Amino acid sequence: MEPLEIVNRLKNKYLNEIADISEFRDQVFVSVNRDRIRDICRYLHNDPDIYMDYLVDLCGVDYPGRQYRYEVVYNLYSVKHNHRLMLKALIPADNPSVDSVVPIWAGANWHEREACDMYGIVFNGHPDLRRILMPEDWEGYPLRKDYPLKGPEDTEYKGFEELKDLHSHDSEWNIR
Amino acid sequence: MILPGTELVEVAEGTKIVPGGNTIITTVDKLVNWSRKSSIWPMTFGLACCAIEMMACGSSHYDFDRFGVVFRASPRQADVIILAGTITKKMAPVIRRVYDQMPEPRYVIAMGSCACSGGIFNTYAVVQGGDTFLPVDVYVPGCPPRPEALFQGIMKLQEKIEKEYFRWSPWR
Repeated sequence: MEPLEIVNRLKNKYLNEIADISEFRDQVFVSVNRDRIRDICRYLHNDPDIYMDYLVDLCGVDYPGRQYRYEVVYNLYSVKHNHRLMLKALIPADNPSVDSVVPIWAGANWHEREACDMYGIVFNGHPDLRRILMPEDWEGYPLRKDYPLKGPEDTEYKGFEELKDLHSHDSEWNIR
Repeated sequence: MILPGTELVEVAEGTKIVPGGNTIITTVDKLVNWSRKSSIWPMTFGLACCAIEMMACGSSHYDFDRFGVVFRASPRQADVIILAGTITKKMAPVIRRVYDQMPEPRYVIAMGSCACSGGIFNTYAVVQGGDTFLPVDVYVPGCPPRPEALFQGIMKLQEKIEKEYFRWSPWR
């Protein structure tokens, strides 16, 4: 099925949820409200003609200055029908959360953890929402655009401060 | 006992032999340092791409074994840890723990620009040099260093061990 036809079917069923549709080089992007994202994903997964059985990727995006600052992008693919669709959930800055799609695609588990780790987007209903890349006691969300590249200047990571404290005693027993 | 009329022959600086006596006279320092520098056992521990070069050093073409350098899989049996690659702040406590588990005397070689200074990764997640949390003995620059460069680093460490004084005594 052509991607635009998938979008038409989506329009028939969830017209009020769709915020924007765009096309670029034969790829179709559908932006939807975050509230019913799990219903939409379940429909795309279960409908026999669409049958998006493979979640290729799931990632967060940060657009500072937009009305909806964050996005979660679902890169969907159907192995059976060989068609794909880019689904985007729009997420406001004041309450960055969206329903988890782990019940639909189990592979979303680690991807959602990464998006949560890097952007601070909370995935409601996720079975095990911990940090996946950064240390567990890390503060802040490094891939947000307002996060400084070298980290916050005044605060060092707590675990590393402890190490430096250990290191300051290293030479005490090495009498040469 | 040295028989009258026998002269001690100095074969190396500070090392003398008794001709025909099957005896070598030297200091404990020399003996201990010589045995130590001839069997530097590194910890099998790779962090990033430099570890590939480190493995090449250990393999037959470059052959670390001829220096007495044999990779050990346990920190309890290791003398030196080679920081081979980028050190992230998440990995640093692990490296520190492995280092703390090694018996003394222990040494650290920082291999590659990342382990020396953070290299190109001047970011929030990367430690800016292994010397911020470990006492580094030898720095081997390069990205990655050639195996020859790592050999040079090992030889520099041997030179350092040779010059140690009284490091064998519990009262040092």
